[in-house]
Amino acid sequence: MAQTIAPAVPSAPPPDPAMAELLQSVVDTARAIFGAEASSILLLEAAADELVFEAVSGQGQEFLVGRRFPAGRGIAGWVAASGEPMVVDDLHDSTSFDRDVAKSTGFVPNALMAAPLVHGDRVLGVLEVLDPSPQARSSLSELDLLSLFARQAAVALHVLTTHAPRGTEPAAPEDPARAELLRLLAEARRLLEE
Amino acid sequence: MTTGQRPAPAPGLTWGLRGRGPADVPVEADHPPEPPEGGLLGGTGRGVRVCVVDSGVERDHPMVGPVAQSWRVFKDDDGVHVEETDEGDACGHGTACAGIIRRTAPDCELSSVRVLGERFSGSGDILLEGIRWAVRQRFDVVNLSLSTSRDRFVEELRRLADEAYFQQTVIVASAHNTHVESFPWRFSSVISVGSHQEDDPDLHLYNPEPPVEFFAPGQRVQVAWLGGTSIRTSGNSFATPFVAGLCARILSSRPRLTPFQLKNALYLSAANVRVHGSR
Repeated sequence: MAQTIAPAVPSAPPPDPAMAELLQSVVDTARAIFGAEASSILLLEAAADELVFEAVSGQGQEFLVGRRFPAGRGIAGWVAASGEPMVVDDLHDSTSFDRDVAKSTGFVPNALMAAPLVHGDRVLGVLEVLDPSPQARSSLSELDLLSLFARQAAVALHVLTTHAPRGTEPAAPEDPARAELLRLLAEARRLLEE
Repeated sequence: MTTGQRPAPAPGLTWGLRGRGPADVPVEADHPPEPPEGGLLGGTGRGVRVCVVDSGVERDHPMVGPVAQSWRVFKDDDGVHVEETDEGDACGHGTACAGIIRRTAPDCELSSVRVLGERFSGSGDILLEGIRWAVRQRFDVVNLSLSTSRDRFVEELRRLADEAYFQQTVIVASAHNTHVESFPWRFSSVISVGSHQEDDPDLHLYNPEPPVEFFAPGQRVQVAWLGGTSIRTSGNSFATPFVAGLCARILSSRPRLTPFQLKNALYLSAANVRVHGSR
């Protein structure tokens, strides 16, 4: 725990289409890897002490993006604060955790996996996978896989934010790191759609 | 040798035995319990004070039972503070840990220090203060299914872990779930725990390649959760309170064991440790 919590994105810049594409690609891929009903990325807004849904794949995709809730709450909150991944199963009879959040979002999962998006000692947010396939539930190896994937996503997020184009500057040649990332994203998308 | 002005030693601190002999330093000790043929080691935890430093513990949960005392650590403009609280658990994680300790050592006294569930900023300070509080309350066993990767907390954490060790408070600390260097589980003064994947809920193993010293059940563990419910979950977080519970059991049957004796008792009773090929 005790990571430095910093906003993953500078506050109030115009939305970066590459960022949106990256986050959507991450949740689409996570959902495919785990055969899940849904996957989402919540980014931390330190100033507001809130987690914000930035990308959703599957259940809730249409209305969840932009929703926010207190960062200290629930499993996602614990994951962000502790910097540790978590998998839970058998949530159906639980009145707990993000249930109030889940109810407001219209989807109550029975199983949930969550891993922090960490770069260095900063937590950028949380990657969640909801209702993964029964084969992919609650085991330590799934926890490892999710953590690996979340680490990769966090690196990509970091690259994108540090190489973000400045809105007011004249168009510069595309940053190679950014271009490479976008190429990989397009490839991942294509594979998922096949 | 030392040169220059040094502050006077703190009262009671000993650098050497001067003007006294063996008869002046008698130690009434306990022998570690014999490793059991099967089942769990030691007593029921009676008389042993255990503290869970985590997200709080839900009161009156059927899998947790009574919680003796609950505190929360919080930060405001004046700094970091500790106060008694009846807020319970912000997320379920602390309650899960408490339930595993209760299952393993049913008669121990359980308390909670909540270091998660408040605002994020300064959570490292809050963790540190929570551990400090638990150590200064002189709990027998402190369960810490958390760690920090921030370097600036390492020295203070090490000092606290040593303070705990020498005052006979055992800190049982989770290894990180991913390949992350974090603390205090890396310190030899604590008992560090990771997960094994066996189904036996009472099995603990010694790791011949530390720093993680022990492995305990951490996969698909049924744990207490919020609202009096239970869930299944996996991770080192849930292996750790099993070992904390074992420590409480052992201490309840041998209350004078030192932390190094306790670690030895865990070592000798680990299923994979064979003394002279006897097991």
